[in-house]
Amino acid sequence: MIPADAISERPGAGRPAAPRQAAAPRHGSIVLDRVTRIFPGRITAVDGVSLSIEPGEFFTLLGPSGCGKTTLLRMIAGFETPDAGHVVISGRAMDGMPPHKRPVNTVFQSYALFPHLTVAKNIDFGLRMRGLPKAERRRRVEAMMALLQIGDLADRNPTQLSGGQRQRVALARALVNESEVVLLDEPLSALDAKLRAELQIELLRMQKRLGMTFVFVTHDQHEALVMSDRIAVMDRGRLRQVGPVADVYEKPRDVFVAEFLGLSNIFPVTSIAGGCLDTPVGRLALAAAPGNAGHAMIRPEKIRLDSAGPDMATPHGPNQFAGIVREAIYMGASSQYRVEVNGGQLVVLDTNVSARDRSWQAGEPVRVSIDPANIVLVGQ
Amino acid sequence: MSEAVFPVDPRAGMAARAEAFGRRMRLWITAGPGLAWIILFLIIPSAVLLAIGFFSIGTYGNPQLPLTVEPFREVAGYSILGWSPGNLIVIFRSLLQAVLAAALTIALAYPLVFFIIARPPAARPLLLLLVILPSWTNQVVRTYAWMELLGPDSGLAHAAQSAGLLAPHLGLFPGVLAMQIGLVYNYLPYMVVPLYAAAERLDWSMVEAGRDLYASGVRLFRHTVFPQTLPGLLSGIILVAIPAFGDYVVPTLLGGGKSMMIGSLIASQFLETPNWPYGAALTIFMLVFTCAGLIAFRVLSRRPGGTEESMM
Repeated sequence: MIPADAISERPGAGRPAAPRQAAAPRHGSIVLDRVTRIFPGRITAVDGVSLSIEPGEFFTLLGPSGCGKTTLLRMIAGFETPDAGHVVISGRAMDGMPPHKRPVNTVFQSYALFPHLTVAKNIDFGLRMRGLPKAERRRRVEAMMALLQIGDLADRNPTQLSGGQRQRVALARALVNESEVVLLDEPLSALDAKLRAELQIELLRMQKRLGMTFVFVTHDQHEALVMSDRIAVMDRGRLRQVGPVADVYEKPRDVFVAEFLGLSNIFPVTSIAGGCLDTPVGRLALAAAPGNAGHAMIRPEKIRLDSAGPDMATPHGPNQFAGIVREAIYMGASSQYRVEVNGGQLVVLDTNVSARDRSWQAGEPVRVSIDPANIVLVGQ
Repeated sequence: MSEAVFPVDPRAGMAARAEAFGRRMRLWITAGPGLAWIILFLIIPSAVLLAIGFFSIGTYGNPQLPLTVEPFREVAGYSILGWSPGNLIVIFRSLLQAVLAAALTIALAYPLVFFIIARPPAARPLLLLLVILPSWTNQVVRTYAWMELLGPDSGLAHAAQSAGLLAPHLGLFPGVLAMQIGLVYNYLPYMVVPLYAAAERLDWSMVEAGRDLYASGVRLFRHTVFPQTLPGLLSGIILVAIPAFGDYVVPTLLGGGKSMMIGSLIASQFLETPNWPYGAALTIFMLVFTCAGLIAFRVLSRRPGGTEESMM
């Protein structure tokens, strides 16, 4: 665990001291105003993205590879120049400002540690370049190494470190500067699943403790869900949806977001009659009027399975169907089923919470219940 | 593997021996020609040269008995007229010219290499070829061309004359400037190629990390680009400084009598004076001096962080 005293020694912990400017009311905020980047060859990597990130927020840019999320991050860092639009950090326009003058530090996907410097000197690099007094530099480097539990690696070379250790050094090198904003470009993608889960939690804890704004880029929807306060789902250079994690997951605006973020059952809306919806699995009652939405979505974990009793013919409520389990995948904490209902297919996720919960075998008849409130209407 | 699998079978021992013999044979067959080359054209000639260095001078400058250390004493500056610093000056001048040539080629090569790297990948081989192409022609021809370019009637000389840097009707050669131009011109490709190889593999994310961490300009170069290109740079220094130190063609054609270098001094012992034992002693001295310099250079350049890659 993180030693509690490591951070309390640091003056201004949680509210990083920024000697280069007075504390503005929007200290650590990021505003993107219709930012566009067109690469040579007329490839529009980022297309008119407007976005506002709050100070101290853990904000995630999520999207498939090539969606422009890294380019967007690089424009915040200053490595790419927008062809149109503006980047504003802490209330200051960043137009034409080179990376070394921005109140931003980056954790690179490849870590980009300096191989000719030791771990301690890597972490010290930014402080040294800023010309801080030697005693302060040493104190901050040591505190940061203690915080990330890499103190014993101080004199090693980056080439002698494991992936997880390199990741921690890269993180320390960015965080030690106590800048207003930290940008992270898929920092965990090179690590194995277990280490990754560990570092996700640690990263989150560091961010909450230091109070910096984190902008995190990932293509991993699970990672985005675990870590973020808010996420922006990107596709082909544009924002599809921005909002708090739960909102985006529970109420995806369109099919792309619904499918990118977790598993889902999505049916095109073909005919609507009396607040009901005709789908391949049968007629579904809705909680609200369908409007002009193109699709209905049901998350697999929101569908309930029960034993098929003798009273199958008489439903206990709306949206109950007789189904047959066609495929059962046991996944430890939960099980995933493919259930055939009225000739259509449903993906169902059933948690294995208590010993009383039973799991189903392929071929077993089940009763499928869908709460109308869990049917979400999404756009195309 | 085989020994570990059949440790007790006596036939296995024979098989292992046969295999070891086969392995030795393969080694000799593959390494043999190279070794023969080194023995025939490096070890034996050096030994002969070393031996000649211990002979006395004959009437026609040829080596003859009795054996003596006189040629080596002469290298150190002692003669029948007492000690003179002449050789020391020649060696020092050669060293200075070599170091200067290396420094100038570095100064020219860095911008050139990064200019080439900045071109589209398809255009780079052609640009690199243009740098290398002159070195495929004869060095003497190239150096003669410089004699024309720097001669009294050349545009460069006229420009220098009208700027008052040069007396009328004089050329820019012979002299130290002409010699240095010739050295830099001749050895630039040997700096560009290894530096290009290092720069092409440059990890630009390291440069971005440097910019991200408040470095810019010279400090950015020094902390991110320079360490990454150092292996190529060191190779380039070795490839330029050592041949430049012993170069014969350029100092002879462009340097003139006032800027005698060790290469010309040695050549003159065989072609002009002649004094074979003295020339041999000078050659041996130069060889030892160069090797010592190379070893010192390697030791100095092997700093923490590891630049062992691509060192000679």
